[in-house]
Amino acid sequence: MIVLEKRPQPSKAWSYATPLVAVLATMVFGGILFAILGKNPIEAIGTIFWEPLFGEFAFYYRPQLLVKGAPLVLIAIGLSLGFRAGIWNIGAEGQYIMGAIFGAGAGLAFFPMDAFFIFPIMVIAGAFGGWLWAMIPAFLKVRFGTNEILVSLMLVYVAEQMLASVSLGLLKNPEGFGFPGSRNLQQYDSAHNAELIAGSGMHWGVVTALIAVIFAYILLNRHMLGFHIRLTGEAPRAAKFAGVNPARLILFCLGLSGALAGLAGMFEVSGPSGVVSIDFNVGYGFTAIIVAFLGRLHPVGILLAGGLMALTYIGGEIAQSQLGLPAAAIQVFQGMLLFFLLAFDLLTNYRIRAARSEVA
Amino acid sequence: MDLGEINPVLLVASLMVAATPLLLAAIGELVVEKAGVLNLGVEGMMIVGAISGFAISVETGSPWLGFVAAAIGGAVLSLLFVLLTQVALANQVASGLALTLFGLGFSALMGQSYVGVKPPSMGDIHIPVISDIPVIGPILFQHDPILYVGIALTAAVWATLKYTRVGLILRAVGENHDAAHALGYKVIKIRIMAILFGGACAGLGGAYISLIRVPQWTEGMTAGVGWIALALVVFASWKPWRALLGAYLFGGITVLQLNLQAAGVAIPVEYLAMSPYIITILVLVILSADKSSAPASLGRTFHASH
Repeated sequence: MIVLEKRPQPSKAWSYATPLVAVLATMVFGGILFAILGKNPIEAIGTIFWEPLFGEFAFYYRPQLLVKGAPLVLIAIGLSLGFRAGIWNIGAEGQYIMGAIFGAGAGLAFFPMDAFFIFPIMVIAGAFGGWLWAMIPAFLKVRFGTNEILVSLMLVYVAEQMLASVSLGLLKNPEGFGFPGSRNLQQYDSAHNAELIAGSGMHWGVVTALIAVIFAYILLNRHMLGFHIRLTGEAPRAAKFAGVNPARLILFCLGLSGALAGLAGMFEVSGPSGVVSIDFNVGYGFTAIIVAFLGRLHPVGILLAGGLMALTYIGGEIAQSQLGLPAAAIQVFQGMLLFFLLAFDLLTNYRIRAARSEVA
Repeated sequence: MDLGEINPVLLVASLMVAATPLLLAAIGELVVEKAGVLNLGVEGMMIVGAISGFAISVETGSPWLGFVAAAIGGAVLSLLFVLLTQVALANQVASGLALTLFGLGFSALMGQSYVGVKPPSMGDIHIPVISDIPVIGPILFQHDPILYVGIALTAAVWATLKYTRVGLILRAVGENHDAAHALGYKVIKIRIMAILFGGACAGLGGAYISLIRVPQWTEGMTAGVGWIALALVVFASWKPWRALLGAYLFGGITVLQLNLQAAGVAIPVEYLAMSPYIITILVLVILSADKSSAPASLGRTFHASH
């Protein structure tokens, strides 16, 4: 008979090893899935993980890693702070949309003026939009004790409707021949989040994501507020005695994660995407949840996990065009990753022992 | 705009149809939460149920087999939740999210060849005389059989929880798992049964959407119904009959906003479409003041260390 014995302290070694073991397990089971779909599993896995980095067209795909990874890291960093304290913002997708609407809206309000201050205003507006959307569940939780999981998630659907509404109305391109969608911000210099070095994929969103990683690291390791976040998650009773103000923590964690998600949306709409349209959002807000867990809620881990997840997105697209692998297969692949991660986490907190005998 | 075009009898009748997927999923989740487990994967289990039911009924031509397959599909997915939370003792919130993300991807993969296919129809029941009564007949006695299964399930869950020993044990496990364990009840085993039941119910609810309510298959077609079902359990204060009431209320809102869209009311379509979600939030706010009826062990991991 096998029993689980709780470790007095989570195992350091396993906490580093589980993400790697989870990735390996996902590759094995993903390979089986691809084989069932009639694809050569080794070729498919190779295409996903090797082609974007070292393949023939890697010069094109490597910059894409930054483009796809930046929003994931930016959102996941914000989410991880809340997740650590047991505050579950799962509506980042909605905050991402609102950030894009606010950011693009602020920029388009100035069209066709050319001025240096337009882009900074858009950045602030984008962060504000995401923050505002996240403050709804935060305020309701603090004031009425409403479950933030359900409220933030419901607001994703509301934000999607808002997006449809502005694409067809308020922000619609007046010169767009009646097609839905806004003016292309890539063609409006003052509002364009252009590549900082041409062909590198490096835009302001990537820079912001890196800054967010550094700030989150400092916050968690060198700052009282970060200590309170960790304390609340690990020992809520101790946090109470230490004088942690839960309401302040909720407002901070949800507000910050909303602002970061809003920024991600704003950088996306003003750069890689360019237009506010009905199908603007592609699920970064949900994938970022996987990124946050895969990175073990640690800023550096999230940076690596964001890169890996971006790799599966790009590799998935290549596998789609070259091998005819369905797009949904990659979604399953990413979902599997979270499964294995949560399952193998058992080894971090528990020891598996063979029991001699059992009563009852 | 012509509000006169909205037929109140048809409105109430379609309200019951719109409410049934919510009711099925919510009743399942209610039992799960009564056992002290918070499974946030309802949306994932519903969508997997929707595609399993759809695929099997298209392949076999029998909607009944489809519903059986949907229940099995939902339960199999919830088995993954069992492995994560009851065996690997993982965090229930994260595991539920994993279930939803995985379920959405998996259903999209399974459903590729079923887009645009028409499923076999189940047909409505017809009881001579009773079904022909004006007004009451079309509202109450001219629906598909699964709608009545939903109501019967509500009654069964209510009676089981309230009057039977099984219900008592289930509630004991949800209120205080340590005490239940000390009394010799197999906490994990009981919770596993509850989770599987919840999965099967969510699967049925999903199949109801893809086979009867819509009826066709599109990716992500549950569109948050699973999440609303979770909110509904809170709304119902973990009481089955109140879940029924809540489901009809939400069904009513959904149907009403669709009718208003069709009638061409001056409110933009997008604002009408977001109304069920906003009303869910409002209801949650109003009811969140009272948490006393929540099972005390809800969401806590049980590990028998001695």
